[in-house]
Amino acid sequence: MTLHKLTAHEAHELLIKKEVSSVELIQAVLDRIDAVEGRVKAFVSITRDEALAKAKEVDARIKAGEAIGPLAGVPMVLKDNMCTKGIKTTCSSKILHNFVPPYNATVVEKLAAAGAVVVGKANLDEFAMGSSTENSGFFATRNPWNTEAVPGGSSGGSAASVAAGEAIYSLGSDTGGSIRQPASFCGVVGLKPTYGYVSRYGLIAFASSLDQIGPFTKDVRDSAQVMNVIAGHDPKDSTSAPVEVPDFTKFLTGDIKGLKIGIPKEYFVDGMEPGVEAAVKGAIAKLQELGAVVEECSLPHTEYALPVYYLIAPAEASSNLARYDGVRYGYRHEEAEDIISMYKKTRSEGFGAEVKRRIMLGTYALSSGYYDAYYLKALKVRTLIKDDFDKAFEKFDVLLSPTAPSTAFRFGEKADNPIQMYLSDIFTMSVNLAGIPGISIPCGFSNGMPVGLQLMGKAFDEGTLFRVAHAFEQSSDYHQARANL
Amino acid sequence: MPVQDYEVVIGLEVHAELKTNSKIFCSCTTEFGGEQNTHVCPVCLGLPGVLPVLNKQVVEFAVMTGLALNCKIAEFSKFDRKNYYYPDLPKNYQVSQYDLPIAEHGYLEITVNDEHKRIGITRVHMEEDAGKLVHAGATISQSDYSLVDYNRTGVPLVEIVSEPDLRSPEEAKAYLEKLKAILQYTEVSDCKMEEGSLRCDANISLRHWGAKEFGTKTELKNMNSFKALQRAVEYEIERQAQILDEGGRIVQETRTWDDNKGVSLSLRSKEEAHDYRYFPEPDLVPLVIDREWVDRVKAGLPELPDARQKRYVEQLGLPEYDAMVITGSKAMAEFFEACLEHYRDAKAISNWVMGELSRLLNAHGMEITESRVKPRDLAKMLQLLEQGTISSKIAKTVFEEVFATGKDPEAIVREKGLVQISDEGAIGAIVDKIVEANPQSVADFKAGKDRAVGFLVGQVMKETKGKANPGLVNKLLLERLHKN
Repeated sequence: MTLHKLTAHEAHELLIKKEVSSVELIQAVLDRIDAVEGRVKAFVSITRDEALAKAKEVDARIKAGEAIGPLAGVPMVLKDNMCTKGIKTTCSSKILHNFVPPYNATVVEKLAAAGAVVVGKANLDEFAMGSSTENSGFFATRNPWNTEAVPGGSSGGSAASVAAGEAIYSLGSDTGGSIRQPASFCGVVGLKPTYGYVSRYGLIAFASSLDQIGPFTKDVRDSAQVMNVIAGHDPKDSTSAPVEVPDFTKFLTGDIKGLKIGIPKEYFVDGMEPGVEAAVKGAIAKLQELGAVVEECSLPHTEYALPVYYLIAPAEASSNLARYDGVRYGYRHEEAEDIISMYKKTRSEGFGAEVKRRIMLGTYALSSGYYDAYYLKALKVRTLIKDDFDKAFEKFDVLLSPTAPSTAFRFGEKADNPIQMYLSDIFTMSVNLAGIPGISIPCGFSNGMPVGLQLMGKAFDEGTLFRVAHAFEQSSDYHQARANL
Repeated sequence: MPVQDYEVVIGLEVHAELKTNSKIFCSCTTEFGGEQNTHVCPVCLGLPGVLPVLNKQVVEFAVMTGLALNCKIAEFSKFDRKNYYYPDLPKNYQVSQYDLPIAEHGYLEITVNDEHKRIGITRVHMEEDAGKLVHAGATISQSDYSLVDYNRTGVPLVEIVSEPDLRSPEEAKAYLEKLKAILQYTEVSDCKMEEGSLRCDANISLRHWGAKEFGTKTELKNMNSFKALQRAVEYEIERQAQILDEGGRIVQETRTWDDNKGVSLSLRSKEEAHDYRYFPEPDLVPLVIDREWVDRVKAGLPELPDARQKRYVEQLGLPEYDAMVITGSKAMAEFFEACLEHYRDAKAISNWVMGELSRLLNAHGMEITESRVKPRDLAKMLQLLEQGTISSKIAKTVFEEVFATGKDPEAIVREKGLVQISDEGAIGAIVDKIVEANPQSVADFKAGKDRAVGFLVGQVMKETKGKANPGLVNKLLLERLHKN
C-alpha cells in the first residue's frame, strides 16, 4: 500500500481499524519526503523526531481504546509563516532565518489538541509576497506535476507537499490568492475561509485585514474536516468572529438541485489560457447536469481589485514588517556604526527584492499628502467591491470562476515582470478584499497541467461551497489524479 | 522689548499611565519596576504573529478621564498605528488614536492669583506606552551601547491635549496640578512624575499683545517635575523673547529640557519631523461606545476637586483659599475629612494641615500618604488644645513628636509632663515671683510701656517651661501689675 497517497479520512479509517499505525503512516510520508523532496523542495524544515514522537502518543491512545478525532495521527505540513513553539519559523526570509518562536499559533494549538502530526514547515514566497514561490529567500519550490513549472504561491510549499504526497494535507495562508492559486496549479483542493473564521494569532502578518489561514487537501471531505478543527472564535484575535462552527461534513450531501450559481462575466478575460477556459466551461456544464441553475452575472468593480489590493496590502505590510529591525531577534547586520545604519543594513540585507518593493509601495501610499489619494480611496473602492458581492449574493448561492487565468507557468517566466506576476492573482484578490470564502478545486487539465475551479460564497457560508465542490468532485475523478514524480 | 511686551501662548500635552492591573493589549502586569524584561510576553514584545486584544478597563478609565474633564465621549472610536522607528518600540509602530479619539471638547478650571479661568481640553486618547532605553554610560552620547527594558511597553496611557489657552508658566503649572488632582480623584492614574506615570510636553509661542495670529511654536519635552515645567517654560519664553527682540524668527522645532543645566536644546526641526503615516489598526475592531454604559460610568464618578472645594466652602465654612489648597491633593483632602470625623472644627483642622503638617512634610520631602500622623491623632491633639490641656505652643512640640514617632498625642503629653498649668494659685505664685524679680519692667509698665507685659509673660512661660496657660498668665499678671 502506498500510504502517502491517502486522504486524511482514508488514513483515519485505517488507523481506527488498526490496519496501520500512526508511526507507519508518518514513516511512509517521511520515506516519501526522502524520495522526492530533492526534486520538489517543498520544505524549509522537516520535523522528523517531533512527528514520530507525536505519532507514538496517538498510537498509544488508539491502543488504549480511546476514540480519536479524524485528524489524529495523520501527517500534515504547516506553511512556515505559522509560529511553532521551539521550531524555527522563517517566513522563508533571511531576516527570520534563525527565529524560533516561544509560542504556538492558535491553529497549531488546535491541531495539536486534535492529535495532528506536523512533519514539517513549508516553503513560501518571502512573507507570503508572491505567486510562484520564486520569492522565497531560500530556494524555489517546484510543481510536482512538472518540476520545470512553479507550484504557484505564496503557499507553494504547502500545495506542492500535498500534491507530491509529502503530506496528507497542509495549511497555507491566503492574502490575495495564496492558497487558491497554488491549489489550482498543483491540482489539490484549497480553501480560503471567510475573514475572521480562522484565528490569525501566530500567523506572521503580511496584510492583517486580508490574511486568512486555510487548508490544502486532496479532496473536499478533508477540507471540511480540517475546517472543523481550525475554525472558530479565538479570544486572542480581536478580528476573529464570535460565530458557531457547524460540522462542515454535514454539507457534503451530493445534492445541488436548484442551487443558483452566478458566473461573473468579468472573470472571463481576453488572454486567458484556452485550456483553462475549456475546463471551467466543462465544469459549469457538469454542475448544470447535476441540477444547479447557472446564470451570468456582473461584479462591475472587478477591474479595480488589483490596484486596490496593491495599495491596501503593501500599506499594511509596510507597518507589519517594521518590527524586523535587528534589535530583538532575527538577522542583524553586526558592523553598523549606529542604530540608524544598523536598521538600514539589516533590512537591506535581510529582505528580498519583492518584499522591499511592497514596503516602499505601502510606505508611499500611507505618506502624508498621499494618504487620501491612495490608501483612503482604496478603502472606499474596497467597499464598492464588497457591495458588488453582496448584491450578487442576493440572487446567487455561489459564484463560479476560474481560479487563475492560466495553469502553472515556468520558472523565470514572470519573475522579472511584477505586473505579470500580480495578474496571476487577478481572479482571487476580490475575495480577500470582500472578506468572503473561496475554494479552488481541480476541474481538469490544460497541456497536462491541473486547472482549478474557484467557487466563491457568502461570508460564513463555507458549507454551501463545500456542498457544491463536493457534488462536482463526486461527478468527476480529477481529484484522484496524482502527480507522477 | 522685555518679556512683558509679548503675550505667552502655551498648550500642554500630558501623558498619564492608567492604573489598570494589566497592560493595554495583553495580560502582563503594569507594576512599576521589576527586574528588566520580566513583565513581558510575546504580545507586548511584538513578536512575529502576535495580535493585540484591548483591555476593557483601559476604555473605562479613558471614558472616566474624558467625563471628569467635561468632554464629549465618542460614539464611534478606533485605534490607529503611529509608525516610527525607535528601539524602545518593539513593533516600530505605536498603537494610538488619530482622528477618532475616545473623548473631545472638554475643559477644566484653574485659579491663579484669585482669578478663575477655563482651559479647553482638545482631546483625550488612549495609546500604549513604549519601553525604556538603559544607556551604558551616564548619557546617551557618553554610551558605547544601550540596552532596552520592555517592562513598560504596552502599559496603557491617556494623552490629554489642552487648547492653547494658557498664558503664563503659573497657569501651566496650575493646569497640570488640577489635571493631576482630577486624575487622582477619579483613581485612573497614580500621576507619579518621578516614576514617569505623568509626563508633560509643552507647546509655547509668543505674540504681540492684540495679535490675532499665533506666533511660531516650539515643542518642549522632558520636563519631569512641576518645578521643571515652570522653569523650562520660563526659559523658553525668555529665549523666544530674546530672538524676537533681536529681530529674529522662531524656528518651529522640538526642544528637550536639561534640568541640570537649566537649558533647553534643539532635538529636531520641523523638516526632520516624523511622518507617522497613521492608518487604522487592522488588528483591532472599532469601538462602538454604548451610551447607557457611558451614563453608568458617569454616575459612578467620584466627587471631583471643584465640587469638593465648593462643598468645603459652603458646608464646612472654609475660606476659599483653604478649600482650594486642601482639595488640590486627593490624599490631603482625604486626610482632612478623616480628621473631621473625630473633630468638628474644620478651620482648625485646615490650619494645622496646611500649616504644621505641610511644613513638616515639605521639610522631610514626604507625601501625606507616607506620614506617620494619623487623622485621629491630629484630631485628638486639637481636642487637647481646645480643652486647655495643652497650650498652642506645646501643641507644636507635641505635633512634631507625633510626626516623628506616630505616637498618641495624649501619651506624649502624659509622658513628657506637658499638661498645661491652669491652676490660678500655682500660676499666681510664679507671677508674684517674676514681678518681684523684675522691678525695672514693672516701672516701665507704670510708665506706660505696654511692651513690658510681653516680656513678663515670656518670663512666666519660661519659668513653667511653656506649660502655663497663656490666657491665665496674661490675666493674673495684669491684675498683679494694676494692684501694685
